[in-house]
Parts: sequence; C-alpha cells; structure tokens
Amino acid sequence: MAIDSDVLVIGGGIAGLSAALSAAREGAEVRLVTEAETTLHHASGLLDVLGYTPDGEGPVVDPFATIGDLPDSHPYAIVGERTVRDGLAMIDEVLGETYRGEHTDANALVPTHGGTVKPTARYPASVAAGLASDDRDVLLVDFERLTGFDAGVAADHLADGGIPAETSAATVEFPVTVRDDAKVTRYAHLLDENPTVTVDGRDRHVRAALADAIDPHTGDAKRVGLPAVLGVDHPAEIRAELGERLDAAVFEVPMGPPSVLGTRLEDWLYAVLDDAGVEIEAGGGPIVNFDADDRTISEVYMDRSGSPIPYGAEQYVLATGDVAGGGIDSDRDGVAEPIFDCHVPHPSDRYEWFNDDAFGDHAFVTFGVVVDETLRPIDDADDPEFANLRAAGAVIGGYDYPAEKSASGVSIATGYAAGRHAAREV
Amino acid sequence: MSDTESRDSREVEQSDTEDGYEPRDIFGTTTEMDLRSGADNCTKVGTCDAECPVAEVDDDFPGPQFQGPEQWRLSSKGDVEIDDSVTKCSNCLRCDSGCPSGVPFSEMHNTARAKYVLEDQPLSIKKIRNRILANYRTSAWLASKLPRTANFFMNNGIVRWLMEKTMKIPSEREFPEFATQTFREWWAERGGEATSKERAQEARAQRGDAPVHSDEKRVAYFHGCYSNYNTTQVAKSMVRAYESLGYEITVPKQKCSGTPMFANGRVDDARRHAKVNVEHLGDAIEDGYDVICTCSSCSLALRQEYPDLFDLDGIDELAAHTYDALEYLRIHEDLEAELEGATVDAPDVAYHAPCHSRNQGLGRQAVELFADVDGVAVTDVGDSCSGISGTYGWKAEKYETSMAIGEEMFEHMEAVDAETGMTECPTCAMQMEHGTGYEIMHPIEVLETALT
Ligand SMILES: Cc1cc2nc3c(=O)[nH]c(=O)nc-3n(C[C@H](O)[C@H](O)[C@H](O)COP(=O)(O)OP(=O)(O)OC[C@H]3O[C@@H](n4cnc5c(N)ncnc54)[C@H](O)[C@@H]3O)c2cc1C
Ligand code: SF4
Ligand code: SF4
Repeated sequence: MAIDSDVLVIGGGIAGLSAALSAAREGAEVRLVTEAETTLHHASGLLDVLGYTPDGEGPVVDPFATIGDLPDSHPYAIVGERTVRDGLAMIDEVLGETYRGEHTDANALVPTHGGTVKPTARYPASVAAGLASDDRDVLLVDFERLTGFDAGVAADHLADGGIPAETSAATVEFPVTVRDDAKVTRYAHLLDENPTVTVDGRDRHVRAALADAIDPHTGDAKRVGLPAVLGVDHPAEIRAELGERLDAAVFEVPMGPPSVLGTRLEDWLYAVLDDAGVEIEAGGGPIVNFDADDRTISEVYMDRSGSPIPYGAEQYVLATGDVAGGGIDSDRDGVAEPIFDCHVPHPSDRYEWFNDDAFGDHAFVTFGVVVDETLRPIDDADDPEFANLRAAGAVIGGYDYPAEKSASGVSIATGYAAGRHAAREV
Repeated sequence: MSDTESRDSREVEQSDTEDGYEPRDIFGTTTEMDLRSGADNCTKVGTCDAECPVAEVDDDFPGPQFQGPEQWRLSSKGDVEIDDSVTKCSNCLRCDSGCPSGVPFSEMHNTARAKYVLEDQPLSIKKIRNRILANYRTSAWLASKLPRTANFFMNNGIVRWLMEKTMKIPSEREFPEFATQTFREWWAERGGEATSKERAQEARAQRGDAPVHSDEKRVAYFHGCYSNYNTTQVAKSMVRAYESLGYEITVPKQKCSGTPMFANGRVDDARRHAKVNVEHLGDAIEDGYDVICTCSSCSLALRQEYPDLFDLDGIDELAAHTYDALEYLRIHEDLEAELEGATVDAPDVAYHAPCHSRNQGLGRQAVELFADVDGVAVTDVGDSCSGISGTYGWKAEKYETSMAIGEEMFEHMEAVDAETGMTECPTCAMQMEHGTGYEIMHPIEVLETALT
C-alpha cells in the first residue's frame, strides 16, 4: 500500500505551490510533499517576471513584450506568453487585494532595504505606496536596534538614483525595549498584539507609541516607509492605523531573509491550497527514491528517519528547486538530479561551471533538467525520462534567474503549466 | 534504483560501525561529538530565529541561531561555559524543521543542555525540580499505586502553594489525573498478547481478507508514560482500532522514551531508559514486529533523538521501524476505503498539530483522515505552538512565557466552531485544556469510533 493521490507534487516552493493549485483547479486530487515548508520565508515576497534580458540589458519595461525575444530553450519560450499570463492570473486571483501589479504589463520599481530599486511584476499591497515612480515626498524610518535596514543610506541611494521625490530619513527607538538582536518576528509580534507600553510616563499602545516617535520627523513627507516588520497576522490593520496617525501613506521596505513579506506570502498561499483541497505534507523528510515500470513511475519514497514512506500517484510534478533548493546536486563527480536521476547537461570540466564564457558567469545556476513542450524532463536522446513526470521552477535549467530577475515568474508559469498537464492526464 | 537497494546498503554501513553497548561519551567530550560540520553549515541568515516561538515573545532569549550553531562554534574553540539561556529553549524543534541548511538543532540543543546541567548549572531547587519533572515516570509510577490519594493531593490548594514556593511548580497548572488502573494493568487483565491475537484473528476472519496466521499484521506498542498512567483511554482505543483491522499487538517491556529528560538536560537518565527500550523493542523487531507510538514526542525520540544521541546496538533499526500509530495505518491500510460511509458520534474538534508531529511531517494527517468522515468536523487551528513543550510550562519561571506562546493557539481554538480539542501530544493536550477549558481527544479515539 502507499499513500495515494492523483497528482503528487514534490517541493513546496512557489513552483510546487503553483503546480498543486493549478492541478487542484483542474479537479485532480492533489498532494504536495515537501522537505521544508519554509522556503518562501527567505524570499523577498516580490514576484518578478523578467527584470533584465539574458544579455543583461534593462531594467526591462515590459517583460511580456520581451518574451518573444528569448532563446527557444528558455522556460518562458517553452510554455509561451499566454501561459505566463494565465499562471500569473491564477496567482492574482487567489492573492486578491493583498498583492498589486496586475493592472499593467509594465514592471514596477520597488525600493528595497539597500536603497536599490528592483523591477518586479507583482508586489505586496504593503509596499505599493513606496514605488520609486511615485512623486510624493518620502520619509524612510529605521529602528535603533533593528539591523538589515539603514534608512539614511537607503534614502541617499534613492536620491542618487534620481527618483522624482524628495527623500529624508530618520532613526527612531522602537517603543518596546527589545533585545539588541531581536528577530523581525519579535517586532511583528509586538505590532500584531499591540500591547500597552509606558512611554514618558504615558500608557500607550505600541502602534500609537510608534507613530508618536515617527511623527516629529515626517515634515512634508506624504509617504512613510518602514522596514517590513509590520505584523504577520494583521498587516493591513497596522498600516492603516499608522497611516491615519501620521496622516501619510505608510509602506514597507522589503528586507533580506528571513523575511516577513515572504512569510506572509507563504501563509496565504498555503491557506489557498488548503481551501482548494490540496493535502499538504511538510517537514517529514525528503523524497529519495522511486519505483518505475517501463518509464512510468509507480511510487516514490520519502525517507523519514530511515523508514521509507511510500507515496503513489498517477502523475508526478518535480518542483524541488535548483542547487540551493536541493533539486540539483552538484559535487566533485558531476551534476545530477538526485531523485529520478534525470539528465542534467553540464560541461565535464568542473572549472567551466563557474566561469566559462559559453555558460555565462555562473554556469551552475543555469544547471537543471531539460524539458519538452509539456514540461516532461527529457534524456540525452530527447525522449521523455518518464511518461508521468513533469518539472517546474528552478529545477529546470537553461535560464539564469538571479541575473534576469525571473525566478518567481518562471516558477509560477511552469508550475501552472505542469500542474495542468498532469491533472489532464488523470 | 530501488528502495530495497538503498536500505540494504545503509544496513551494511551500520553494522560495520557498530560497537555494541559502548556509549558514545557525550559528556566531558561534548566538543568532540561531530557537530562541527553541522555548525559550519549555517549560513547565518537566521531562518531558524524567525521560527522560534520563544524568541518571538521573550526578550531574554537569544534565539536558536545563537543557541545552536553560534554557541557551538564558541564552545568548540575553547572551554566556554554553556549560556544559561539554554534552559529557556522549550525543545519544540521548530528551528530544526526550519533550517534550510540541515543544521542538527535537536542534537545541539540536547547536547548543550546536558553539558549545562552536568557541568555548568549551579545546584538549586530548580535543578532538583527539573530532575523530578524529567523523571516523570518514577513519580507517575508512585502516584499510580495510590491514584486517588495522588489526585487529591496533587491538586489540593495548600499542597500546590507549597509546591510553588518550594519546587517552583506554578500553582496555576492542574496536575494531570492519574488513572485508577494503568494501561498495562488493563492489558494484562484483558489477557495480553493471547487475547489480542484472538481478536485480531476474529477480525481478519470477518473481513475475509487475510489468512488466519499473519506475519504482516503485527505491531509492538510503545505507550510511553502518559498513556500508561494518565490517558489510558488513548492506549485502549489504539488497541481496539488496530485489532479491528486485524493487527496482533504486543506490549513489550519499556521505560520512559526520554523526552522529558532530554528537555531537562538529563541525557544520562535518558540513556539508561533508552537502553532498555532499544533492547526490548529490538527483540520485537527481530520477531517481525513494527513499533508504533501514540505520543508524538515518543515517536520523535525513538526515531530521531535516539540515533542522534546514543550509540546503542540496534538503535538505527529501531528508528527505521518506528511509526506513529496513524501514520502506520495510512501506509499499510486503505483507510479511505475503511472509513467510507462511516459515521462517528464525536463532537466537532479544534485540532492542534504538536510541534513534534510537525517535525515528523505528520502535522496534517489527522485533518486529512477525517475530512470525509460524517459526524465529526476537524478544524486545524494553524501552526501556532502550544507553548508547553513537555515539562517546560511546568516551571514557575517559564509559566508566563509558556502561556504567552500559547495565547495565539488559544485564540485560534476559540475562533473555531467547536468546544472540544484534538491533538496527539499529551502535554499539548494539557496546555489546550488549561487555556480553553475544553476536553481534549486524541485522533486514535475518533478513529476507533469510526472503525468499530
Ligand atoms: C533569499 C531569496 C530571495 C528571493 N527573492 C526573490 C525575489 O525578490 N523575486 C522573485 O521573483 N523570486 C525571489 N526568490 C526566488 C523564489 O522564491 C524561488 O526560490 C524560485 O522561484 C524557485 O522556486 P522553486 O519553487 O522552483 O524552488 P525552491 O524555492 O528552491 O523550492 C524547492 C522546494 O523543494 C523542496 N525539496 C527539495 N528537494 C526535495 C526532496 N528531495 N523531497 C521533498 N522536497 C524537496 C525544498 O524543501 C523546497 O521547499 C528568492 C529566493 C530566495 C532564496
Ligand atoms: S536557519 Fe540554519 S543556516 Fe539559517 S541561521 Fe539558522 S542555523 Fe544557520
Ligand atoms: S527548540 Fe524551539 S524554543 Fe528551542 S531554540 Fe528551537 S525553536 Fe526556539
């Protein structure tokens, strides 16, 4: 016996989540198994489609208009512009009011914690008032003890970058004395719970006291940007209250990992999957092995402290990420896809992985499986490795997402497509 | 590439390195335990810190990144004392599941706690209290001899006031009630293994699907302390549910799983108990049984903490053959078919997945299992931590932190349309009951009513 479903998705990053959701929407019984449930905790929470061309030109103004110029081997070229749009539309629909950007094909320019501006297609509603194209004057605020965001440096960077607004910066003391290395979750928790604190002999709620501390610095600013720690459970409420007290639009500046924006996105997407009836099994161990009959996978096995736990399905989606996610193994002996041993082309000379011109600066980030038009991984003779296996996200090779800024877009598009193809076969 | 192949090679490797009952000396030579490479895996990004429920509410707690890899690096450089903040860690192991780089937190915390308790912690009432809490089995054994008297005294106002004053056990907590008959007493009275064999065979004959003698359908039950002395109904439900599916059960000799001992740094005590468990459960495994647990902390201990911490003959075999009771049925039975059309007479429940179930990837199985069963609605209250983490919430100085962590779970439970709770962990159950006043069930109890 095995734990059964129609479609089994392996990997719980944005690609796996997209695949599971699209398969469930096609009516399949879907199970998602993932070694770690916390992948999106690292991510900035921004959903990029294409920020720069593979040749490094950009920032790209209209990513969709650029898809036609991509090489045939690029995942966007394989699934086509229509699918990229449909996949995003699925995510837009489930994220609803919490995300923005669907009103236009053009990239938005979002200022991040270092003061650099990032071209992205979708962004949390909480960063919307911070867009670099906005001409309202902006105040950036950091907290005395919170590392990872220096408002002064960020404001200067933005000004140097020539944004059409006056920038200023302030550092305030967070109204609760937290330990020096307090975690972002500590700040978020205090703002969510909003307990009473005594500041200068007055009893104030934390949110009110924080607004009091920022208020003297606002000046003419119509927008106030804070590090992205404004609650995990009640972000809209916290932003609205601060905004009202400061009489300005309050926004969050995306921070490095671990990220509250990423955590929120993850919470929302997992809740969406749950509503869609997807069974989720996280943290029980990696999928390590499989049984197949004549190029059709019958079962895969999870390694749970040494006990092999069998999972069976008609269709499988591999969404295990790249080298960083664990979906691609690279060691002295070569580069491989560790579960099914799918073909992963790579130069045999190890030195070429890093700096051979033919493969760009970091060849290893482009390593991954090669897929056919229905996203089945293919072997070196171009035949599908298995009849019932599809791939999605960073486990697919042939594109350089850190340079292109295309990570989530490719994951969503290929996840959406792989999930649909899989569900339609059952 | 087949599954058996990889398992075989693992077994060969294991027997090559076996050195019998010789313990790995984890004290004194703590720094030699090979956790260096684990600490070096750390990328310092701090995902673990964002997972830690204690760091979220307690400004005195430096968080797992310090507690684990950071402290590890420090202590391996020289003879640095373990920071006393280690006692604030509740051992919920969310950091362990959260770390993308596979830093071995469980092992690090347990080793650091042990070093702290044995070498660095000054002797105090708290230390003695911790030892008593760690050895719950001994206290429970005593209490079970006089359950009514124990129940009376344990929750008697004056006694509790004295306990708080002298032992730092918070008087807000209700002591768990001791059963008047332990599970083992019930099991023996019922006729033990022989009766179980009979009932299983009857069930199999009735089901018409299995031969009269079965080598397959045999499980050894590790009940742990809590279902033996307190929640005996959980153990009994497991027995009836399994027998109704045709399983023969044996209940080997056993001691505490060690969970409360790990959490209090008494790895020395835990090892003594582990030795007995590994030996007797190991015998059962040799006879063809798999081991099942109903308590999520027990299954975590047998599967993960044992092989992490001890070097005993057969310990990896035990880890590989141990399962959670529901998990085992999901793998070996078509539960969906068994439950098809079943109606149960149970209250709707607010379900909390214990941290130690989540750590084994079992946090969603109860919700999934009962989703299509009529008569019971199971609502997951989300991934908040209950905050009690075994004996943690039983210490006066941790009581407030424990309740602050649990606050989110209490709110979520109350928001759900149910007046009863459900969880697999007995101490989470205590905290849930304490915070909401609800009665708390174990999923196996619901399964029993659905199957029989
Ligand atoms: C720090 C950081 C910042 C980022 N910022 C952005 C950004 O600003 N914009 C943007 O668009 N994208 C960003 N991303 C990228 C994005 O979040 C995704 O990582 C990327 O799109 C790839 O997604 P994926 O789902 O294919 O793989 P991953 O995100 O790597 O997920 C792979 C999943 O598979 C699981 N897994 C791996 N092996 C196994 C196995 N054997 N068995 C079971 N499960 C397994 C892993 O646990 C993981 O959950 C960022 C990522 C990181 C880490
Ligand atoms: S999550 Fe793991 S890698 Fe990241 S800081 Fe914590 S221990 Fe280090
Ligand atoms: S075990 Fe739990 S309490 Fe202890 S450091 Fe890890 S996350 Fe925090």
